[in-house]
Amino acid sequence: MSLSLKTARPVPVRLSPMTSYLLTRIRQSLITLVLVSMVVFAGIRALPGDPALALAGEERSPAALAAIRADYGLDDNIAVQYGRFIGHAITGDLGTSSRTGLPVADAITAALPVTLELAALSLLLAVVVGIGAGIVAAVRRGRPEEWLANALALLGLSVPTFWLGMVLVLGFAIALPVFSASGYVPFAADPPDNLRRMVLPAVVLGSGLAAVVMRQTRAAMLDSLSADYVRTARAKGLSRREVIGTHALRNSLVTVVTVLGLQLGHLISGAVVTEQIFVLPGFGKLTIDAVFTRDYATLQGVVLCTSAAYILINLLVDVAYSLIDPRIRLGGAR
Amino acid sequence: MSLAMSEPVLSVRDLSVSFCSDTRTVHAVDHLSYDVAPGEVLAVVGESGCGKSVTAMAVMGLLPPTARIGGSIRLGGREIAGASEKELGRIRGKDIAMIFQEPMTSLNPVLTIGRQIGEVLRRHQGLSKKEARARAVELLGLVGIPAPAQRVDEYPHQLSGGMRQRVMIAIAVACDPSVLIADEPTTALDVTVQAGILEVLQSLRERLGTAIVLITHDLGVVADTADRVLVMYAGRPVEQAPVDELFAEPRHPYTHGLLGAVLRPGGEGKRRLPEIPGLVPSLDTQPEACTFAPRCAHADDRCATSRPGFKTLAPNAGAAAGAAHRAACWHPQHAPALMPTTREAGQ
Repeated sequence: MSLSLKTARPVPVRLSPMTSYLLTRIRQSLITLVLVSMVVFAGIRALPGDPALALAGEERSPAALAAIRADYGLDDNIAVQYGRFIGHAITGDLGTSSRTGLPVADAITAALPVTLELAALSLLLAVVVGIGAGIVAAVRRGRPEEWLANALALLGLSVPTFWLGMVLVLGFAIALPVFSASGYVPFAADPPDNLRRMVLPAVVLGSGLAAVVMRQTRAAMLDSLSADYVRTARAKGLSRREVIGTHALRNSLVTVVTVLGLQLGHLISGAVVTEQIFVLPGFGKLTIDAVFTRDYATLQGVVLCTSAAYILINLLVDVAYSLIDPRIRLGGAR
Repeated sequence: MSLAMSEPVLSVRDLSVSFCSDTRTVHAVDHLSYDVAPGEVLAVVGESGCGKSVTAMAVMGLLPPTARIGGSIRLGGREIAGASEKELGRIRGKDIAMIFQEPMTSLNPVLTIGRQIGEVLRRHQGLSKKEARARAVELLGLVGIPAPAQRVDEYPHQLSGGMRQRVMIAIAVACDPSVLIADEPTTALDVTVQAGILEVLQSLRERLGTAIVLITHDLGVVADTADRVLVMYAGRPVEQAPVDELFAEPRHPYTHGLLGAVLRPGGEGKRRLPEIPGLVPSLDTQPEACTFAPRCAHADDRCATSRPGFKTLAPNAGAAAGAAHRAACWHPQHAPALMPTTREAGQ
């Protein structure tokens, strides 16, 4: 690079490749979030029914309806309405639930920790069991361990969530009451009791993901174990542990993280069913209740939050990629 | 260089490698023996599939479990054939190291090259992270990588093929091994880059006294680099001789064919390059015959029915010192090589 050019142009701030990559990804995520909010907003407006009619109750004279529309800003331009919605959403005001009469934001804040904990525990389970079993299946290829891991994965993939939930409740909450089958106690209030109640839901929600992760890990590990750089690692005299754990696994993680990212979305939707089974007051339950009672404001808030979560997860997955694979971070081929 | 043989640092005796599948058995290497003296460069040449690489992998203990290995491999007087993975782990990278044909894929893409060099030092010399890194920078300098202090933190994809092969060499020589196996180290590289890599290998041999087993099919590389040459055909040794002697007076018809098939500038006009007729035989039979007989102009009934031993021919200067000229042929040739060697006089 020539440095001798005498120009008056200010020197641009040099960002590290990682920082500029992050900034790009965050910018993209924000744009996506804005687009999503538009779709959510428009989607709700496209639903059949007139909010003014619903609000008016018995008094349905045109004058009363017009007054309500003016009052709620419903006769404003749609763009103006959207602007108002976003303005409120940014300050944390997502409207009022028509079912409970309470702020939607409060309902979401109450439900969020439950679902987050459930998702985090399921994810932990899926990562630990899935990656562990995947490594074992690849390393012990053609031996009983691989058969066992494959059989478990097939089971995890094919058993429906609700059925697994019921069987686990029968087994570990009723016949052998180790865990509790229903209700939620905040972790901060009573950690052991919280875990006693969360283990079964986490197993139910995480088993499918664990199976997918196991299969991907196994396939990716088989690939990397036959790669030239693993041969190099062996030629260096590295221990089996280093060859598998450092050289093969690190390369396999790119694939596994991709799958995890795609599947995390399923965790959120899977939580809806799981929360119903175990009567957990989380996001899933909030969504279902909102759907059944036509609670549009709550639904809108829930969908917006879920979408934001998806976008955030995608961002995190991309960051994880670049931490694992320098070729993504530093922009290179091969 | 003097060929006075001291105790060989690597000694391979009757090495046989076969791969068994459900339907057939492939004999990749069939009773191969060779010695390498400290500081010596032994070139192993032959066509693709003649067992050169399999031999190297067998010596390193890197063959898959489906391979069946027979014979003896002694490294510094110690038997390593049939050693456990754990024992091999203590030897590989320390006493014997290997560089591979594929520099583009032989380095781990997600680890810095400093880490990949440091790893072997930490494993065998117990260096700390910091010490290993400092030594990695030195090694990068040693193999001719410019700005090693910056390069040490880069990833393989930021380096060219030639640079990556230099990194592989740095890894291989990190613990100062007594034997370095270089399996076609220049095949995947540009010609200009090739010369650089060979230079690095040569200088390491001179500086560190490392014995090098150079596997190649490039006779130009052999002429420039090797002290002794072992020619392989279909998994068997066919000829072995000091390099000048092999080029000046090849005895096996196959070696004749190989040397004849080299294109040389200033040759006689537009001559069609001579080729060896026929194909390498399949390796799933182990005939009691000369495997080269079907392609050989000098073959007779004897060649087709009994296998020639790998025998010392007319004694030469190096015979007593272990650098004998040996060939596996019933009809060793006497005609001088079709073309003169490219080696400069005086070497």
